Amino acid sequence: MIDTLLSSPFLGLTLSAAAWCAGCQLQKKFRLLPPLLTAAALIIAVLAAFGIPYSAYAAGGDFIKLMLGPVTAVLALNIYNQRTVLKEHFLPVLAGCLAGSLTSMGSVLLLCRVFQVEQALAASLLPKSVTTAIAIGIAESRGGVGGIAAAAVMVAGLTGAALAPLFARLFRVTDPVAEGLAIGACSHALGTTRAMEIGHIQGAMSSIAICVCGIMTSVLALFL
Amino acid sequence: MNIMAQAAVIFGLCLISEGIAALIPMAFPASVIALLLLGLLLFSGLLRPEQIRELSTFLVANMAFFFLPSCVGVLEHAPAILGQLAPFLLISFLTVPLVYFVTAWVVQLLIRRTGRKKARHD
Repeated sequence: MIDTLLSSPFLGLTLSAAAWCAGCQLQKKFRLLPPLLTAAALIIAVLAAFGIPYSAYAAGGDFIKLMLGPVTAVLALNIYNQRTVLKEHFLPVLAGCLAGSLTSMGSVLLLCRVFQVEQALAASLLPKSVTTAIAIGIAESRGGVGGIAAAAVMVAGLTGAALAPLFARLFRVTDPVAEGLAIGACSHALGTTRAMEIGHIQGAMSSIAICVCGIMTSVLALFL
Repeated sequence: MNIMAQAAVIFGLCLISEGIAALIPMAFPASVIALLLLGLLLFSGLLRPEQIRELSTFLVANMAFFFLPSCVGVLEHAPAILGQLAPFLLISFLTVPLVYFVTAWVVQLLIRRTGRKKARHD
């Protein structure tokens, strides 16, 4: 019977849904803990505790992973819903996101060379400023590891979400459009949740930056 | 549209995107192609946002959940990350303020310049 349980995709699906709920409950107590982080840690702990191989989890997990495509596609709605703001600040949005994407990829490549990081890790780190769904796509199409890309994206997102107000003061950023785009460019969706708390314009610009930077980074990655 | 019709549209777009991704000679993520195609449908007016409302609302509201298996997937590559944990964390962390600074100032300078131009015209 154990073999049947281990080979069933429902194992991964059940574990994922249950761990997610636990993660959401924990976030209510500790606001800074993202459910994604706690849920992943919980699943890894359960797998380790019961000696369940990763492949048994992945049988179900792959169904959820498959949905990253549709999840990324509906990001198009973000751009569409913000089209009036986008039209108003078209040039600053394009220029800012292009500068942000170039800086992110350039600095990652440079630092990878400085630290003599191996190729697979470098490919996984390259898209770390964009939203997870797109980052995983870019990393895997360049021979990187989706999981490592997701981890780097999390670090960038958490850093940006926690420190965004400090950055604004430190770098003397007073324009709300500039602040929102910068948050979205450096820390994608996680940063956007924070940007929405800071202000309405910041939130809208940040969610535009997620899409525009994601597209630009995918295109720029082609030329590397 | 009923929910299954919405699913057919969105899954169909993803299917077509994988076909396009296989056709083009570069390694471009299929999910981004799907994003661009959906954007095209929306902006051209062929598809209205309310026609895919239920499914898109569900996907957006639960977005982070779908990343969970990829995060657990880090487990498989733990030795690779742990072997280079310091550079991994340093690179992921250090580049954040840099990207923030460059993006914010490019936008801020552009907005100030166009603002000054407008003031002169007035």
